Amino acid sequence: MNIKPLSGAQAGAEALRQIGIEVFPVYPITPQSPIAEGFAKIVANGDSDAELINVESEHSAMSAAVGAAAAGVKTATATSSQGLALMSEIVYVASGLRLPILMPVANRALSAPINIHCDHSDTMMVRDSGWIQIYAESAQEFYENLILAFKVAKNENVLLPAMVMIDGFITTHQIERVKLFEDSVIKNFLGSYKPPYNLLDIKNPTLVGPFSMPDSYFEFKISQEEAMENAREILVKEGEELKKITGNSYNYFEKYQLDDAEYAIVVMSSTAGTAKAQIDKLRKKGEKVGLLKPRIFRPFPYEEIKKALTGKKAIAVLDRSLSFGANPPLYAEIKQALGNKIPMQKYVFGLGGRNIYDKDIKKVFKELKEGKVDNKIKWIK
Amino acid sequence: MAEVKKNNPKYSPGGRTCAGCAIPLIVNNVLSQTEKPIVAGVATGCLEVTSTIYPYNAWNIPCIHNAFENVASTIAGVESAFKYRKKNGFEEKIKFVAFAGDGGAYDIGFQAISGAFERGHDFTLVVYDNEGYQNTGGQRSGATPLGADTTTTPAGKVKKGKEEQRKNLTEILVAHRSPYVAQAAIHDLEDLKKKAKKAIETKGPTALIILAPCTTIWGFPPAKTLEISKLATETNFWPLYEVENGKYIVNIKPAKEKPIKEFINQQKRFAHLKDYPEKIEELQKIVNKEWKRLLKLEEKK
Ligand SMILES: Cc1ncc(C[n+]2csc(CCOP(=O)(O)OP(=O)(O)O)c2C)c(N)n1
Ligand code: SF4
Repeated sequence: MNIKPLSGAQAGAEALRQIGIEVFPVYPITPQSPIAEGFAKIVANGDSDAELINVESEHSAMSAAVGAAAAGVKTATATSSQGLALMSEIVYVASGLRLPILMPVANRALSAPINIHCDHSDTMMVRDSGWIQIYAESAQEFYENLILAFKVAKNENVLLPAMVMIDGFITTHQIERVKLFEDSVIKNFLGSYKPPYNLLDIKNPTLVGPFSMPDSYFEFKISQEEAMENAREILVKEGEELKKITGNSYNYFEKYQLDDAEYAIVVMSSTAGTAKAQIDKLRKKGEKVGLLKPRIFRPFPYEEIKKALTGKKAIAVLDRSLSFGANPPLYAEIKQALGNKIPMQKYVFGLGGRNIYDKDIKKVFKELKEGKVDNKIKWIK
Repeated sequence: MAEVKKNNPKYSPGGRTCAGCAIPLIVNNVLSQTEKPIVAGVATGCLEVTSTIYPYNAWNIPCIHNAFENVASTIAGVESAFKYRKKNGFEEKIKFVAFAGDGGAYDIGFQAISGAFERGHDFTLVVYDNEGYQNTGGQRSGATPLGADTTTTPAGKVKKGKEEQRKNLTEILVAHRSPYVAQAAIHDLEDLKKKAKKAIETKGPTALIILAPCTTIWGFPPAKTLEISKLATETNFWPLYEVENGKYIVNIKPAKEKPIKEFINQQKRFAHLKDYPEKIEELQKIVNKEWKRLLKLEEKK
């Protein structure tokens, strides 16, 4: 083990190196760029022999990733915001073709108006695209989630692409102490890469991406859903294995002071850190407050979340994106898991990189306690 | 077609194109010009929808269809995977060919092609140019000629078909400093095969742009595909030429140039022009100007 001062982006690039990514088509976009730049430097220094393709757009990044993955090599790309929106057509192709492409995403708001700062609108936009989605609170988690995600993605009973999220700027650019595990240990954990077919196997020609009529399309989609269901268990199983190396837990979500809490906040990514700090303060005053931080958003752990939150007096779900005209994405899922038994309040915060402070978290708990719960969105501005 | 391997052609006969379609002829003749193994990419369009209908497959070689506008970046990804594996001891000598219609090349797929050419991937782009979005019912493309009646530039009481002249993708690709770009046609198979061999075997991004007369949308009898193709060249509408490392060679110079009328008279998409001789004149002028320009380019050494 090796502790280094690294930004989240650098930690991500290190993960890509250790995973042994072989083809990396990528297009720059703030705040993702340092991931691409970090990996380019690794290649330039000969610490990876990957083929780096500096494509002319994110649409081509994902298209080339599909070509490379279909040719049987370990493939990754990375993006943010407008880049993810541009590639979204092929994001669906990647999962439809069952290609285990790995994609770190530095979360950033979507235009218009244009904004380069963090919120989760970009990856929430593609939450139904058939990719595994994992969100990270810290650089450390980002690094480890990438390794776990690839291990699960390439499992023969899964074969789905995976996107691994990190909060743009907040976590991509901040320097943390990051524990890196030995290359050989990670390599051993990941095992070999054996895709079921590859386009370079000239003797066994394969047609990838056929034209499907109503008599077959439905079955293809059912098989994708089954793969996602398989991922549910395999994520837990592989998480247990990775825990033996890192000592960290890879449950669907993290519980912080949750079990005996009466009031709980549900929030993802870096904001969970802010919430934890405030919870510590409130606990000192004897308040029974806690946090549930979802990590794995797809597949979504309805049953497990229901179990973890049942019995709470009130719950606040903090979303960092909107679903215009409907419930915000995280709230919608939690609501679905819990039904109507527990009072729940939806909050939206942090759009376009607006800061959230521990006083805001404090206020949320206060409102929950006072029973200030209705069915309108409350804005944390 | 002696060189086409009858037993196991790279692309099987019996695809579901319209009778008289030029596409299967193009694909077969291009792919059979090299002994080396080929991995193909294909853009959404007539070729893809007629050759890959699940669970059937006309391709006897590895083939990938990704989407409409990204065949160049897709094949770039495959070729990069090949480069990676070659560095690590993979010995097969594979060639890469990307097929696209004119929509997938001149228009929506152009950016990906330009990027792949600039980056210098080792592949051949083969455009079967049927001068429109034919698979989706005959909408205009950047390759549709002036005056053509298409579903999105319909001839009507005031409009006389497409109002713009077609784009010249061949020259645009030459401007990318490609080592080999050629225009070919199916009525001259000897010329086409020679060019296919050269394009595939030349290292770097190369292109073949092949006129693909479309019986259904252009509106001519299926038996006349080759005749229409030949007229396109004899009228200088579709000159056969190649550009090797920037040097132009015009392969066929008609002894006696036929008027453009002879080409368009046979096709329903131009039928309305008989009432507008001035439109035919305009098209003739464009063809003459382009031909002169091409001859000048050939003179320059
Ligand atoms: C992004 C996108 N836009 C539009 C389409 C619809 N579409 C599919 S094929 C096609 C036209 C293809 O034209 P061309 O490339 O000339 O090939 P052809 O059909 O003539 O063989 C269109 C418009 C699509 N599949 N994807
Ligand atoms: S529409 Fe035209 S190009 Fe398409 S299959 Fe039919 S003849 Fe061929």
